[in-house]
Amino acid sequence: MAVISPTVDIRSERAQARRESRAVLFRKPGFVVGLVILGMWAFLAIAGQAITPYDPFNDFATGHQPPGPEHLFGTDRLGRDVLSRVMVGARDVLIVAPLAAILGVTAGSLLGLIMGYYRGLVDDLVSRIVEAFLSLPVILVALLTLVVLGTSTLVVVLVVGILFTPIVARTVRAAVQTERQLDYVTAAKLRGESGLYIMAREIFPNVLGPIVVELTVRFGFAIFTVATLSFLGVGIQPPSPDWGLSVSEEYSNMISGKWWPTFFPALAIASCIVAINLIADALQSVASE
Amino acid sequence: MTRWLLRRLVLSLITLWLLATLVFIITNVLPNDIGRTILGPFAPQESVDALNERLGTNDPLLEQYLRSMRSLVTFDFGNSFQSGQPVLPTILAAIGRSGVLAAFALALTIPIAIIAGLYAGRHRGQPSDRAIVLFGLTFSSIPEFVIGTFLVVVVGVQLGLLPVLATPPPRAGILDTARFLLMPALAMAIVYFGYIARMTRAGTIEVLESDYIRTATMKGLTTTQTIRRHVLRNALVPTVAVIGVQIGYLFGGIIGVEKIFNYNGMGQLMLFAAQRKDIPVLTAGVIVIGIVYMLATLAADLIIAWMNPRARLETH
Repeated sequence: MAVISPTVDIRSERAQARRESRAVLFRKPGFVVGLVILGMWAFLAIAGQAITPYDPFNDFATGHQPPGPEHLFGTDRLGRDVLSRVMVGARDVLIVAPLAAILGVTAGSLLGLIMGYYRGLVDDLVSRIVEAFLSLPVILVALLTLVVLGTSTLVVVLVVGILFTPIVARTVRAAVQTERQLDYVTAAKLRGESGLYIMAREIFPNVLGPIVVELTVRFGFAIFTVATLSFLGVGIQPPSPDWGLSVSEEYSNMISGKWWPTFFPALAIASCIVAINLIADALQSVASE
Repeated sequence: MTRWLLRRLVLSLITLWLLATLVFIITNVLPNDIGRTILGPFAPQESVDALNERLGTNDPLLEQYLRSMRSLVTFDFGNSFQSGQPVLPTILAAIGRSGVLAAFALALTIPIAIIAGLYAGRHRGQPSDRAIVLFGLTFSSIPEFVIGTFLVVVVGVQLGLLPVLATPPPRAGILDTARFLLMPALAMAIVYFGYIARMTRAGTIEVLESDYIRTATMKGLTTTQTIRRHVLRNALVPTVAVIGVQIGYLFGGIIGVEKIFNYNGMGQLMLFAAQRKDIPVLTAGVIVIGIVYMLATLAADLIIAWMNPRARLETH
């Protein structure tokens, strides 16, 4: 048998493949649009008060002015500029949601690798627990836990992250189960590699694609969940200009026609989630090609 | 069939037990002081201790666990901290009202989503398919309360077409009640459309690629005949499964919808209990919703077994 090409070549081939799939991604209009919208919210979250037309926290003008030339999005019940608050409103959710998603995907991937690789009793047992977790709406369990523990940013991250873990575990487990039947895993076993080595160095790189897709999808769901929890009053707390919280503070004024302090934050939530889903959709189609 | 059903029932009961254990861990094992949570940060320590004693949170953990497991069999979930009344009747009444709203939402979304999914599956890759998939994907990822807000602003406030609140006046007729419930139901219907349409589409594509459809086409059946006789029954299997799952999950999203539209159902009850730290109401609510999920997925599995005999023989 001839000596097969040295590792350097394989690496450059891999880099080439990565460059190619990146080029495919940027040709997808959905991906570009999603990236632009998400990038805009990230920029606003970082730039914050430096570029808002008014002080989003301490500038109390006349309350509930309708949108007009002075206040493009109107003012809220305390007279704060809605546009300025929507601009900085991404800040908390764009910290909490990614952290929760990363926590859930990391823990879920570990669990999924173990379940998919060892199967048998471990898998059966954990699968039952995962099933029990999945039989409840995430929002409901999060609500119960946050009431019992008391709400804080850290607790929200932990609760949402842990509640995402079983969902991720199920996806990763399925991916691992297909991989472990392939020859390279058998070869590694025959070489006498340990289970830990095979999981970390052989299987993990090959299920990285689905994990990255899962991370984007979970990021979108994390924003969905955190926004809903904030709207329900157990997520991000006042005086944050968080979008879900703003909707919660102002929605009862919609009946009397004062729709702008509710509508614009709601629109911001929708745009942010749709952007992430466009990105996730593009990643998914590239990964499955 | 009997063995399959028995196995399925036992699995459901095991899941329910695990779920109740999970809820027990959240409320009793995680580090927290229930008396302090209820009485607030300014209550004197003696009151907190006395309350904890009366609630039995100082008892040995095993004793508390057995007590909560017993409630699963006797359906006695204790009394509300707030009203002192037994929890269960309040929850059943609220879940009934939410059930009406949820059923309305499902009735709106299921037929349309199935038709859209079948259509998209048959026209795979065409612009109409892309449009249906994109619409479903987009709206199933937006929280129900956000969709509800858009509906209130556009349909309720700007156009003035529908009432903004979901509570119909007393003694309203069925049509009038439906008019009041239309917007909240629509908010949920829009979110669930995507899940159901996507599953129907996937099921349709799989069936259309199968050999028996090729046979049906080659023996000269018209498209309508093929769809009615061969596609529907098989393509809708994943659809039924996803509807079963969604019926349980609906009770997560319904909380936001009930808050926006001020509808007096399960969601409002849970929120009210959350604000007042009424933990018996919350735990019992979570468990009852878990039971609803079990029953819904069980019903879905039974329907699937009836639609597709192969499912009955499969051992997982």
